[in-house]
Amino acid sequence: MTFGHDSLHELSLTQNIVELAIENAAREDAKKILSITLEIGALAGVVAEAVEFAFDVCSKGTLAEGADLRILHIAGIGQCLDCRKEAEIETLTHVCPHCGSLALETLQGCEMKFTEMEID
Amino acid sequence: MCTDCGCSSTDHTHHHEHESRTIRVEEDLLAKNNRLAAGNRRLFISNQLLVLNLVSSPGSGKTSILERTLTDLKGQLNFSVLEGDQQTANDAERIAATGVPVKQINTGTGCHLDAHMIGHGVDNFDLAATDILMIENVGNLVCPASFDLGEDYKVAVLSITEGEDKPLKYAQMFQAADIMLINKIDLLPYLRFDLEQCKTYARQVNPQIAIMELSCHSGAGMQQWYDWLVRETDRKRETQGV
Repeated sequence: MTFGHDSLHELSLTQNIVELAIENAAREDAKKILSITLEIGALAGVVAEAVEFAFDVCSKGTLAEGADLRILHIAGIGQCLDCRKEAEIETLTHVCPHCGSLALETLQGCEMKFTEMEID
Repeated sequence: MCTDCGCSSTDHTHHHEHESRTIRVEEDLLAKNNRLAAGNRRLFISNQLLVLNLVSSPGSGKTSILERTLTDLKGQLNFSVLEGDQQTANDAERIAATGVPVKQINTGTGCHLDAHMIGHGVDNFDLAATDILMIENVGNLVCPASFDLGEDYKVAVLSITEGEDKPLKYAQMFQAADIMLINKIDLLPYLRFDLEQCKTYARQVNPQIAIMELSCHSGAGMQQWYDWLVRETDRKRETQGV
């Protein structure tokens, strides 16, 4: 678990999540935020547990307090620059499983997106 | 979980007094920073300014590279410098001694510079009279990777005393970087540092990364860095030519 090395940029991100949620809730005249759904890619460099931990702190006393935080994991997909085949990758330091090349370009997995929320 | 409202109740007979609804947001978590960075970029472009974001672990020699660069290119290019550190104005004082306009940004407990700080940081610079804005980020190979400041290039500095596997350990940063400067190469005879392996690792996480080897202490390799700065500054002037 690479959790302790840094949870600070997750804290900044989570403050953004709460701000976004509150802005959108206000626009919709919501009385409560029930859930928040995020998409976080495997290669985004974001530790989901750190976001969950920070969310409790950042949402306290706001409309988002107590909301169910749903984090959807998006798999990493890379394309080999040598054999042009695609492969699922879990880290940025992957080796192409088809030809052994080290040159993989990331196609998917860097996402960090606030997709939707449920309000009351 | 209750599928109607997402509450954690397993008792599906509970009464729903509320009218819950789902709204689509579809916004990047860094959207706010990215918007501010886009604003910075517009400002920089309108001033035909080349902007570099220097990132590295603490002690890799970012400030020393800057000091030597500013001194050696004095009279040839006009620089302004933003210095990011959690505490102290030590680095800004070192840069000020070269005669270049500098502003220190102290982030307190913050681990990175963000686009908002940069937008205010350049307030007092004469951008129209500046060719290159150098932003020295907080020494940290993790967080600054995610925050666009509006720069043209992220320049990652890695000194050979840190070990050749830094690009693998901090892959996010080396993937985000456009250029890697391998610093302190004057120490190569004294260290067990595999230069070729280091470059292979960097290209593994970022096949497009450009790599320069140098020592700001001995001066080795500095000329190609200067040539690159001059070339990019010229290109900047041409592409946005007035």
